[in-house]
Amino acid sequence: MWRAVILLLAATPVSSHAWAADPPPGAVTCSGCHGEGGMVAITGRNAEELTATMEAFRSGARPATLMNRLVRGFTPDEVRAISAWLSEQRS
Amino acid sequence: MISRRAALALPFLATPAFAQGPARVVVVGGGFAGATAARALRRADPAIAVTLIETNPVYTACPGSNEVIAGLRDLAEQRFGYQRLAAQGITVIHATVTAIDAASRTIRLDSDAAPVPYDRMVLCSGVDLIWGAIPGYDEQAASAMPHAWKAGAQTLLLRSQLEAMPDGGLVVISAPANPYRCPPGPYERASLISAYLRAQKPRAKLLLLDAKDVFSKQKLFQAAWQRLYPGTLTWVSQSEGGTVTSVDPKAMTVSTDFETYKADVACIIPPQRAGRVAQIAGVADRTGWCPVSPITFESRLVPNIHVIGDAIIAGAMPKSAFAANAQAKTCAIAIADLLQERTPASPRLLNTCYSLAAPRDGFSVAGVYQPVNGVLTEIPGSGGMSPVDAPDSVRAKEAEYGAAWFGAITHETFG
Repeated sequence: MWRAVILLLAATPVSSHAWAADPPPGAVTCSGCHGEGGMVAITGRNAEELTATMEAFRSGARPATLMNRLVRGFTPDEVRAISAWLSEQRS
Repeated sequence: MISRRAALALPFLATPAFAQGPARVVVVGGGFAGATAARALRRADPAIAVTLIETNPVYTACPGSNEVIAGLRDLAEQRFGYQRLAAQGITVIHATVTAIDAASRTIRLDSDAAPVPYDRMVLCSGVDLIWGAIPGYDEQAASAMPHAWKAGAQTLLLRSQLEAMPDGGLVVISAPANPYRCPPGPYERASLISAYLRAQKPRAKLLLLDAKDVFSKQKLFQAAWQRLYPGTLTWVSQSEGGTVTSVDPKAMTVSTDFETYKADVACIIPPQRAGRVAQIAGVADRTGWCPVSPITFESRLVPNIHVIGDAIIAGAMPKSAFAANAQAKTCAIAIADLLQERTPASPRLLNTCYSLAAPRDGFSVAGVYQPVNGVLTEIPGSGGMSPVDAPDSVRAKEAEYGAAWFGAITHETFG
């Protein structure tokens, strides 16, 4: 964890953050909606909570307008990988 | 026999051009695809030297511009500059590309600036409207019958024509056959103009002439039209004779095979193709659009040129701002991999797209895509439209989410 943070800081140029290495497939697309000026921020959050939220969208346990349709394009393993990657991002 | 010129070129081609310094990636075109790509390249590998070439100092975004036409939004909210990109270390050049030499990997500009060399190019030409594809509809005709399919002066022209139109007037919209930029755009436009007419000119009518029978979010739009605009909005499908065969901008008439309509306001959305820069780069094929690898978005026709956004043949992905934004980030990661001689992973791409049927009345379509046999294919069981029977509260929420969508994507694209 700390190693990842240090690597991120070292690679960060002025006023932008480099992505952590090797984003899993689909992970960088989330920020098209989620982030500054838009829908709820999902970076830097607890990975297990992100995964649980996504799986609740899949099962219908948590109501959704659109995320229920998107989560079905990913397997539970892929959702876990994306959540882990998002939790490492600063913004 | 090898000509002297070819012999001189050979060693240059054999050596990676970036061997002497940081890799140079040049992005041509600063819309949702290009501006996202420039920023994403910096995030994928801060060592890459990124240049963005864009003619205009200010970009006017199309998503949301139907609201400007309907008087619900100011055009100023659609406008974005490139200052944040420059602050991020991207070299921004405002000039127009006049020639691309793929052999020497250089781009020539209309300004006095020296040709710009590249190791890899990301070409984001957007679309060009095909003048004359509808007989009578050329660039000059667009000043009487706006297309408003590139946001800016055309958007304001259509708005002012609607404002000047007398009550009881007829608005005609012509929607093109596929493929074209923003598949649900004509239908959102017809909806929001109808909302304006109902409120301000209740005796006016809108006729939507279509060159196809099936369109994006069709069930959602048709349910909304029945609910909100009966007697105001009429859709004429291709098989009902909706294809516009000619226009006369002086007489303000719009003709199909069966009828000639006298319009008070005519919005003609003509057929399109990949933009001019794609044509001069040689990355467009006979369809007018650009075939690409669905993994790296590198052109299938010209090596070292990647093409993203509305200009490409993207399989099941629509020509939308979100698709362009997702392709840009995917392409940036692939380019960073290729420059490091790593093999790019097979990507997963998303699309999300919101439309308004009326103010505070929205719905969406979503899709998840992956390459299958070289084609971007929708993952079975994923994506799809909002439910047709969603209650008012959900449609109001989707309208709010649509506004948040615009906030996020423009912030990510332009900073």
